[in-house]
Order: sequence, then C-alpha cells, then structure tokens
Amino acid sequence: MKILSPADKKKNTVCNLIMFAALIAVLIYIDATSLSVDMIVKVLQKGCVYAIVVVSMNLLNGFTGLFSLGQAGFMLIGAYMYSVFSVDNASREMVYSFSGKPVINFQLPIIVAIILAGLAAALFSFLIGLPVLKLKSDYLAIATLGFAEILRTIIQWDKFGRVTNGSFPISQLNTFKARLADTAFAKMSFVIPFFIVAVICIGIITLMIHSTYGRAFKAIRDDEVAAEAMGINLAKHKMISFVTSSFFAGIGGALYAVFVGSTNAAPFTSALTYEILLIVVIGGIGSITGSILASFLYIASQEWWLRGLDSGTFMGITSPIFRNGFRLVVFSVIIMIFVLFFRNGIMGDREFSSLGIYRAIKNLPGKIAGKFKKSKAEVQE
Amino acid sequence: MESVLRLCDITMQFGGVIAVNNLSMEVNKGEIVALIGPNGAGKTTAFNAITGVYEPTNGAIYYKDKLVISNKPRGKMKKLYAGENNGKYHTVMSKTPDKLTKLGMARTFQNIRLFKSMTVFENVLTAKHLRRKSNLFTATFHLNYKEEAKMRAETLELLELVDLLDVKDELATSLPYGKQRKLEIARALATNPELLLLDEPAAGMNPQETEELTEFIRTVREKFDITILLIEHHMNLVMDISDRIYVIDFGKEIAEGTPAEIQSNQKVIDAYLGVAEEDE
Repeated sequence: MKILSPADKKKNTVCNLIMFAALIAVLIYIDATSLSVDMIVKVLQKGCVYAIVVVSMNLLNGFTGLFSLGQAGFMLIGAYMYSVFSVDNASREMVYSFSGKPVINFQLPIIVAIILAGLAAALFSFLIGLPVLKLKSDYLAIATLGFAEILRTIIQWDKFGRVTNGSFPISQLNTFKARLADTAFAKMSFVIPFFIVAVICIGIITLMIHSTYGRAFKAIRDDEVAAEAMGINLAKHKMISFVTSSFFAGIGGALYAVFVGSTNAAPFTSALTYEILLIVVIGGIGSITGSILASFLYIASQEWWLRGLDSGTFMGITSPIFRNGFRLVVFSVIIMIFVLFFRNGIMGDREFSSLGIYRAIKNLPGKIAGKFKKSKAEVQE
Repeated sequence: MESVLRLCDITMQFGGVIAVNNLSMEVNKGEIVALIGPNGAGKTTAFNAITGVYEPTNGAIYYKDKLVISNKPRGKMKKLYAGENNGKYHTVMSKTPDKLTKLGMARTFQNIRLFKSMTVFENVLTAKHLRRKSNLFTATFHLNYKEEAKMRAETLELLELVDLLDVKDELATSLPYGKQRKLEIARALATNPELLLLDEPAAGMNPQETEELTEFIRTVREKFDITILLIEHHMNLVMDISDRIYVIDFGKEIAEGTPAEIQSNQKVIDAYLGVAEEDE
C-alpha cells in the first residue's frame, strides 16, 4: 500500500467524491431513460451480482490464500434461500403445482430475504469449513468443489420438493422493480438497488481487509508458519475468512435470483465457479477494484459487446464466420491472451485510485508534448 | 532467580531415532542462554518442541513455572519408546505455536520468514494483531480506531528503537539480509514477549554482520528487559553474549556452564573436534 501525504489525501478524497457523484448521476440517468430489457440495464445488474461474488472470492483466494472453489454452491444456497421466501403470494400454488403443497407460504421483505440468504450460506460454509479448512491448496479446492456439487444435487431432490420445488424452477419472485413500482422511486428501480447492495457488500469486505483482521489474513497468505508464530490462530482466521466470503457469495446468489426473476439449480455448476475465478484472475488476485472492474468488463463483453460475433455483424463488418458460437471462440482467445501476457491481471495487486486517473489525465498533454519534442530533437540530430 | 522456561526430561523420538534424549534445561529471567552442538545434535528439534511445532514424545515444559507442554509415550510410541523416564509423566498437554506466542514466547526462524507482500511497517504492525482487544465487528467497522492508532504508534516506536524507521515503507523482502534479520526480531518483539527464542540468528551472515547482530541482541535485551534463548553455530557470537551455554551432542546434554567453562570442557572439545585415537 502506498502512503499518501496529507495534501494528496485531500486531493484523493476530492477526486473520489467527484467520481462517486458522476457515477450516481450516470446511474440515475440510465434508470430514468432505459427500459428493463435494455442491454445496458441487464449488463449493469448482472455486473453488480458478479462483482459481489468475485470480490468475496478474492477475499478468500486473493487475500487469505485459501484456494476454494465452492463459490457457486454458496450462491446456490443464497439463491434458493431468497427464492423460497420471496415467491409471490398469489401465484405460489401455481409455482409449486408439480411438487405439492408448499411448506413456506409467506413472503418476506426483499432485504430481509437477502440477508437471510447470506446467513444461510454462512451457516453452511461454517459446517463445511470445520472438516475442510484443515486441508491445503489443491485438496481444499477439490473438497469445496465437491461440496458445491453435492449441494446442487441435493437441492434438486424431489423429497425436498415442497420447499425447493425439486428440479423445477421457483419463479414469480419478488424483485426491486415490483417492490418500488408504486413508490416515488419507481424511476430508480432498475440498476440503482443492485448498485446499493453491491456497494454495501463490497464496502464491508474492503473495510474488513483494511482492518487488523485483514492484515492477519494477508499474513496467513504470505506465510502460514510465520503467521502462526506471530500468534495468529490459523483455524479461527481461516474460518472467519471462509464464512465471510460465503456470506457475501450467498447475498450474490440472492441478487442473482432477483436479477433473473426465477431460480433453479442448473446455472450454479462448477462452470460458474470457474467463471468467477477467471474474473478474479483477470482483475488481479488481491485487488478489489480490479475485481470490480473485471466483473463489469467481463459481463459487458460476454453479454453485449461481443454479441455481434454471434449474429452476423460485428463492428459494422458482416461476415459468414460470425455465426452462433463464434463469440465464445473470440472470448477464449482473449482469455488466453490474458493468461499468457497479463498474468497479474488488469490491476495486479494494486488498487485503482481516482487520484491516479486525475494525474494521468493532467500529465497527458505534457507527455504528448514531451514525445513531440523528443522526436523533433531526434530529427534535428 | 525467577525461572522463565524449564524443560524437564524432554525426549523426542521419530520412529526408532531418538533426536533429543532426556534434555533438561532452565532459562532464568534476564539471561541470554545458548543451546549449541555439532551438526545433527538435535538443537533445532529441541527448539521445535519448545515452540509447539513438534509434540515431544516424553517430558514436560514449564513457562514461568506453569505447565504448558507435557506428554508421555502414547499410541505407537508405547511399544517403540526407547528413551528414559518412561512413566514419570502422566499429563498430556500441547499448545499450538500461536497459543505459546500469546503466553509470551516469540520466535524467529532460521530461514527468514517475513510477510513478503508487506512493507516493513506492516510486518511489525501485523504482529500487534495478537494483543488486540477489538472483535471482528468493531475492527471491520473501524470502531477500534483508538486501538488501531495506538498499534501504529507503538509500531513506529518499536521501529525507531531497532533503527529501522528510515526503511519503514519499503517492501520487507527488498531489505539487505542483515536488516531482514533485524526486522524479524523486531516483529517478534512486537508481540510483547518475555522470552525471545532465536533460531540461528547469524545463519548466513558474514563476520561483520554477525558482530552487528551481537551488538543488536545485547541492546534488545537491555531495552526490552527480555530473556533470550538462542541456537547458534557462530561460536564468536555465542561466547560473546551468552550468560550460560548448554551443549548437546547426539540429543544428549554433555555440558552446561558459562562460556569460559564450556571453552575448556574436554567433552565439548571432543564432541566438536572428535576424540583423538591413542597411538599404539
């Protein structure tokens, strides 16, 4: 971490405030002018969901050095916990029509259900963590991956049908849009609620990383033996990190359910975990802002910018190769380039700062002028 | 004299090999005690038993006259045990390294183990985590800002005492070797220990660095009013600063005494140089 002088600190705060205000203005504009089917809305919503989960995975993999692959499992628990308590009262019978009379026949407020989803994921992770956190590196990854897959199968078991609706989706879920439809915030109901949840979650994780516990996590990542010799209780701190990470993965899962509007177990496969891990790597292991940035870029390219590659016309070029599936080819190539040439990701383990951007912009004319002068000097020689 | 650390009949057996055999020693308050011996004598094994890395096969360890570690031959060792004092100890008690550090024993490592991604300042600050009063909630929401400020102030103070203040914002691993060693000792001191355990502090150092380190260890004892137990190969350093020395060979104690006594002890000379065979 770089230490800023007091004057720089002040400047940094000002820059941060300006950026934050600009972001809010843009979001309000998007919410007021877009329709719910607009691509930008979808991308920003999904980006928020992913950002939460990616940052939570970074807390575990990047800051504590625990290579866990259970994130999709904890998202699954969060999504189901949220869905079970959020089915629309009027259509509950219809949703559960294949599974029998639903056990839970009331609806919780959206925020309560989301927090409950996080707590459920945290509880499960605590139980899984007891045996699993004794393992190291690859073994931990395999064990958590296994647990996530087991959870996904169990939740589809038809014996639980009256709660989880078996392998059928739970639809007709409560959403921010429905909730805010008749209020004064109706025009702010697409993207802003997602951003609020994401900012709170990521904010808490960031605060934790910058606290004395965060330093203990980093110590465990850097050298377990030395950390233990410095009096850091390994079992306890690994558990704290694991449970916190899962809590926010659960919230991410719940938010995913809000985004989609219905829940089934199918998307929460290990492929989802790999996708999240990939974004962590692209953003930079150990960089929170990198994770956030990468989440939005990833979702935007996957869902939006590279769409044209599938449907015939990309950046104004029409070609017969641009047909179904080509997007994934290009996407894979981009990922390979990243892994081969930018192994530290976009940000490495540094953090993105608005002051840095401000300086870069301020110095840009000077730099260009400098280049000109240099080339002139070279010509004269 | 007040005893800080007492080892009673510590035996460490791996399979059929007895690495430490019936070692008893005592470290009193304010002393610098050295544990020496030829290569493979079992110094590091003894050290690991004291710091909670290994569980001794038999024997007991007291810290400030309180039992902290104790064991008797159990399980497979019941049959295999070839050491002495079988049946003398009955309690089974073990502590993980972090618990021992919390009690007031801090250690350094033979091959320097600093937190690589952290600066000098953060390395020392991390060691302060142990004495926190805040819990996860108050720490996360920075409600413990007073404690945090105190931690930082204490860290700066400590860095000044050990003369590392000028490099506090540099990456720990970018320091020269001698300073890294110093930093490791400073980090151990940040846990507020009463007993400092140094595992070959002069390993890999040239004569000049060793001399500086000797001076440093001496000042540390004075400034922090601390007891020190060290394992070392450099005889200059050992003879220079130790109050008392224990010598072990093949896991067994062969001599104990002041540096002058040890230097003239025939058994020690034999252990280090080998016994001359009589001419026929």
